[in-house]
Amino acid sequence: MKSLPCFSAPAALFDRATWTPLLELSTREVFEIMLGTRLSLMERRDENNGDVTALVGLAGSLCGVLSIRCSNPAARAIAGRMLGVPPAEVGKESWDALGEIANMIAGNFKGKLSGIGNHCMLSVPTIILGSDYEMHSLMASNVIEIVCKFENKPLWIRLELHE
Amino acid sequence: MNQVKALIVDDSSVMRKIVERSLRQAGLALSSVIEAGNGAEALGLLNAHPVDMILSDIHMPVMDGLEFVCRLQTIESLRGVPVVMITTEGSESNVVQALALGAKGYIRKPFTPDQVKECVLPLLGL
Repeated sequence: MKSLPCFSAPAALFDRATWTPLLELSTREVFEIMLGTRLSLMERRDENNGDVTALVGLAGSLCGVLSIRCSNPAARAIAGRMLGVPPAEVGKESWDALGEIANMIAGNFKGKLSGIGNHCMLSVPTIILGSDYEMHSLMASNVIEIVCKFENKPLWIRLELHE
Repeated sequence: MNQVKALIVDDSSVMRKIVERSLRQAGLALSSVIEAGNGAEALGLLNAHPVDMILSDIHMPVMDGLEFVCRLQTIESLRGVPVVMITTEGSESNVVQALALGAKGYIRKPFTPDQVKECVLPLLGL
């Protein structure tokens, strides 16, 4: 697994070029370690077909929200992998599983930002069901979004950090 | 110790299952596993179900992992039970505080069965 160095920088120094690969790496590590599967990156896709969204808030040296959004079949497939059962046997555990994934990606990401992550707290995950919504921040934000492919299903991982 | 009784405390039922599976993959022979969704529920269960070790999340509703560890230290019969925190907080103050309160180790999520093994087995003298 490719490893990237940790960075010591104040929160104000948002650096898309540096933080985007860290978010990618953080996401890949969570899926490789907890699900035993390798994610591949996809070209950014703007269509809105995510049925389930898990949100984790960040507060402290990093303020904002990390979200992961995917279809119901993808969420069930993720939960099935985590639990070691077929996706068809997964029910509401898929929401729980996606929330845990979001929590671990956020924790893994902030852990790679030495000097920043240590002073950042994560919220308990929140789950949104349905795709007919828009998120608006009331503060100016920097956004990093990556799209990964899990078992041929897209996952949108979005990190929105307030300035 | 051949057979281990474990208590897993986490508000995520998925994570409780993963922790149990990781313990088994780590080679631990579990005779029983009891689960609780928060510290308060865990304290209630411990009255009737003595265990050899406890693995607990930190961020939980009702009673979080820090208060849970703190309460354990006030109960004579539970003070010696090793507690391992499982958290996304790797080196932050919550982990330091948990260790100061009496936790014996921590595992950072995401984790592998080997990491669970390295942390847990020595605490059980295995």
